[in-house]
Amino acid sequence: MMGFENQGSDEAQLYASREELESLVLDDDDDNNNSGNGNGSGSNPLFRSNGGANGDDSQYHHHPLSPSFAEISTTEDDDPLLSSPSGYKNPTSFNSFLEPPSYADAVFRSFDGDRGKQINGDGVVSSSSPSSSSDYLKISVTDPQKEQDLNNSLVPGGNSFVTYLITTWTNLPEFNGTEFSVRRRFKDVVTLSDRLSESYRGYFIPLRPDKSVVESQVMQKQEFVEQRRIGLEKYLRKLAAHPVIRRSEELRAFLQVQGKLPLLKTTDVASRMIDGAVKLPKQLFGESVVSAAVDPDEVVQPAKGGRDLLRMFKELRQSVTNDWGGTKPPVVEEDKEFLEKRKKLQDFEQELTNVSQQAESLVKAQQDMGETLGQLGLAFVKLTKFESEEAKFNSQKVRAADMKNVATSAVKASRLYRELNAQTVRHLDKLHEYLGVMLTVNNAYSDRSNALLTVQTLLSELSNLSFRIEKLEAAASKVFGGDRSRVKKIEELKETMRVTDEAKNRAVREYERIKENNKMELERLDKERHDDFFSMLKGFVVNQAGYAEKMATVWATVANETSGYAKSS
Amino acid sequence: MITTQRSPNGGSGLHSPRSPSSQPPFLSVSVTDPAKMGNGVQAYISYKVITKTNFPEYQGSEKIVIRRYSDFVWLRDRLFEKYKGIFIPPLPEKNTVEKFRFSAEFIEMRRQALDTFVNRIALHHELQQSDDLRTFLQADEQTMERARSQDTGIFKKKPSDLMQIFWGVQSKVTDVVLGKEKPVEESNPEYEKFKKYISELEDNLAEAQKHAYRLVKRHRELGQSLADFGKAIKLLGACEGNALGTAFSEVGAKSEMLSIKLQREAHHLLMNFEEPLKDYVRAVQSIKGTIAERANAFRQQCELAETIKLKEIDLNKLRLMRSEKMLDAEHEYEELKSQGEEATKRFDTIVRLMNEEIVRFQDQRTQELGRAFHEFAKGQARLANAIADAWRSLIPKLDSLSVS
Repeated sequence: MMGFENQGSDEAQLYASREELESLVLDDDDDNNNSGNGNGSGSNPLFRSNGGANGDDSQYHHHPLSPSFAEISTTEDDDPLLSSPSGYKNPTSFNSFLEPPSYADAVFRSFDGDRGKQINGDGVVSSSSPSSSSDYLKISVTDPQKEQDLNNSLVPGGNSFVTYLITTWTNLPEFNGTEFSVRRRFKDVVTLSDRLSESYRGYFIPLRPDKSVVESQVMQKQEFVEQRRIGLEKYLRKLAAHPVIRRSEELRAFLQVQGKLPLLKTTDVASRMIDGAVKLPKQLFGESVVSAAVDPDEVVQPAKGGRDLLRMFKELRQSVTNDWGGTKPPVVEEDKEFLEKRKKLQDFEQELTNVSQQAESLVKAQQDMGETLGQLGLAFVKLTKFESEEAKFNSQKVRAADMKNVATSAVKASRLYRELNAQTVRHLDKLHEYLGVMLTVNNAYSDRSNALLTVQTLLSELSNLSFRIEKLEAAASKVFGGDRSRVKKIEELKETMRVTDEAKNRAVREYERIKENNKMELERLDKERHDDFFSMLKGFVVNQAGYAEKMATVWATVANETSGYAKSS
Repeated sequence: MITTQRSPNGGSGLHSPRSPSSQPPFLSVSVTDPAKMGNGVQAYISYKVITKTNFPEYQGSEKIVIRRYSDFVWLRDRLFEKYKGIFIPPLPEKNTVEKFRFSAEFIEMRRQALDTFVNRIALHHELQQSDDLRTFLQADEQTMERARSQDTGIFKKKPSDLMQIFWGVQSKVTDVVLGKEKPVEESNPEYEKFKKYISELEDNLAEAQKHAYRLVKRHRELGQSLADFGKAIKLLGACEGNALGTAFSEVGAKSEMLSIKLQREAHHLLMNFEEPLKDYVRAVQSIKGTIAERANAFRQQCELAETIKLKEIDLNKLRLMRSEKMLDAEHEYEELKSQGEEATKRFDTIVRLMNEEIVRFQDQRTQELGRAFHEFAKGQARLANAIADAWRSLIPKLDSLSVS
């Protein structure tokens, strides 16, 4: 991955062009401000407009600013480096010239061979691409539009929302087609996210972007919409990058089905609570056999508030027993390997947070350095102009020339720092990304704990039921001639126990399934983490080295040119 | 430590016939060994001043004395008073912030500035002959202290300020008497340009120096953040454990190493780039003092000329009247005339000296600034190379770790 070496020739060209641009900075501000963008290999517009140079190729390799010494003492008026004082007159235009966005984009982006990824940040989010390189699933989110919600508005014409155009390009077989678009709103994304969480318990599912609290007020602002668009795009791309989830039916439906999203809507919390409150008394007083038992179908989901109030109470009681009760729960998390890994990941997360913070400070310090270097350069440019205007003595002219070299180099170094920083941010952003990944891991572990709790609860219930049956049987046997009511009760309990047993089996299967998912995902995470962080470190290091070398070159030139002043003692 | 030589060849260039040896005359001074003296509020720093010379006026070829900052101030004030027209080398500022007064860095900066100060005087063909310089370099501590305390009051103030006040009062009175309101100034366009140049130069230089100082700070900050980053990443590596963990640790260690280099460069930048710039600013400010002196001398000359003219008118009146007061008036007139000649001579000397000084100043500044630039560029190149080498050396290791 020695991208740096291969880019040598590119860079020489770009570097020389930058030198030219810098000299333009100090010569004529006026015309060539934005021509920096078009630095193709053939055209040299910069050369032609630079006073003395006439597209002479030798200029490429010769530092254009170095001959100042000789030139200045003889023909001050003709020297292109000192002429056009108009360029200096306005220091603020200076500053704006140094920030041309087009130029910054045109410069080579990084040394670490990541260019393909950087230039068109489409599709691929993490450095590890999906398993088979010929499969692709590219998504883009564009064109936010405001629409009216005609159905539910209490205020006529009041309830508006934003939809986004979601375009997909793919060659995966489960999609019918290679390119298609749908319009979705944020609520649809929430639905998608919730359904995925249910179907893929135990997986490290990427987190969806936040809901905003003050939605309707903020929604008018363009910035908010743009931010959300970016967030949605990132989220969908992460889903597309996950080897299992990208093949999910939920995602496919979201991306492809026109019109209304065919996924079960997430009912809001309030109505679920009401639902559950209505059911609770019946459940508590055991009105019917079946409703007293846990519905086997429901055990494959965690107890949600609302409908499953009773179940929640039971599981809560169970977890309290687990924590505070004297006896060990019937089934525990035994997988030592899992526990170790989890602890390790927790430590990792903590240290990662710390590194992420220090990385931010580092980026800020680099930025400040670049800024101050730039300001120093500008101050010296001002001084140069000042000293060369009406210079009375030769020593002044010499001094002005020296100053100009230093000023130019400082400005160059300032630019280099700014570019370095842009790259550094890009690399170290991986740290922030992984903090997000840690959250998804925690969610997956929660899935596992919840499933385990469900199993434990059911096992407790089973043993409870069995105990009651025993007691009843013992009491019934004492009554001579049979005890019809007790016998009936016993049969009811036995039926409940049968249903509960079935539920328990399903819960155990679900738990095992989630455990398996966890394991798979952990392996996947380890590999991706390994690759991602190595690539981050390498990118960071190569970047630092590359830019430092460039800066060394810039300063070595000045050091050489001023070596005549070196102290002899 | 800079050695000064009056002339390269042994015999013919000598000004002093008394020099017995065939060696050319030299006066070499160094200010070293700062040491904290005393306690509490009275505490101060003393410096060793070592003089090596073969000037006949000096006792012996080598002398070491102990001096403190206020002794240097005394020397400067005396020179400023006696050698009007010459740009007296500037002194570092008196630091009033208690916290930094005894910080190692501040002491070193001051020592360096004081050393430069004395050497510039020793190098100057006129100033090196000064009696006060000799006293400063040779007198024992009691004599020095006595000399210093004698000059309390009148010379505690900056001489140029004082002169302004003194002559300001005088000239105000004279102006009112003569019916003039505006103070007199030279009408020399070249000189006007020079004054304007000096004023603008000070502003521009001060700005550059400000940014240079900030740059020093930035180096320190970057160094600190690299150290913190390195430490954090090492901890991350420790909890990771495997090849990735080693990679993290390596990167962390390099960061910490580079942080040290940055701190070192910050110091180098401070002493060899920022300080010379500050010195330049001080020198320009000192020139302003000389400009003020010249203005005073000019005003003196003008006023005396006016007074003489008036006196002449008076005298002629008295002559016509054949008054007895005529003799006294003639006497006064003659005195005034000789005073006027002296004032003119003083002014002319200042102008002549200043013209020489300006040339010398420009040359010297180009040299010194050039050196500062050289050190700056050298330091930055050195730092950048160290950073590049450190990171480059890590790449093969990272490559091998990533596949292990």
